[in-house]
Amino acid sequence: MTVEVRLPTVLRQHAKGQSSVSASGATIGEVLQDLVQTYPSMAGQVVTSEGALHRFVNVYRNDDDVRYLERLDTKVSDTDVISILPAVAGGAGPARS
Amino acid sequence: MLRLPVGVYTELVGHCLGGLPDEACGLLGGDPASTEVTACYPARNAAASARTYEVDSRDVLRATRDAESHGLELVGVFHSHTHTDPYPSATDVAQAPDPTWHYVLVSLRDESPTLRSYRIVDGKIDEEPVVLEGR
Repeated sequence: MTVEVRLPTVLRQHAKGQSSVSASGATIGEVLQDLVQTYPSMAGQVVTSEGALHRFVNVYRNDDDVRYLERLDTKVSDTDVISILPAVAGGAGPARS
Repeated sequence: MLRLPVGVYTELVGHCLGGLPDEACGLLGGDPASTEVTACYPARNAAASARTYEVDSRDVLRATRDAESHGLELVGVFHSHTHTDPYPSATDVAQAPDPTWHYVLVSLRDESPTLRSYRIVDGKIDEEPVVLEGR
């Protein structure tokens, strides 16, 4: 299975500036593994060394967050578009004394 | 420098005010080769908190698609601080996702909103001038 993977701006530097690349696999986990094999400097940016999705990214299969599907075991098919999105968060933080 | 058309500025600050008492957030779209923001994407704060924000990832996806369909990219994020200065907190710096982005802060602590913009690269915060376009 070869799918299109859309990259956030912050990861494009690892993929020669491309916003969209192809990767192969039957599941999201396999697709991300293939992506890192092709672009080794992406290692640790998408999947942690423990093999879980990095908390700084969200991964969508088409319109669905894979965290609410089967995470890295989510199946993919040729027509799917996988989007890696930055997790955008912050805030003032705990109340100051 | 960050150049904000008045329409973007109004939508951005309006979204922050409308989010009270929680922090509000959203994304900014533009041509990364330019300093002008041309699209504002108000988003849901998935954290629903007065102290933290998390742009709902569905809104990140929607904004990304919309920006790319117009030949633009996401070039920044904005959020409000409801009780503190318009200056990035340690949380903001630790979680800044992209060194090429503009980080816009709107403080709602005082009667009038105060807007500032920053670059955050490797944990270093640099304020940048904000210019309102089309006044």
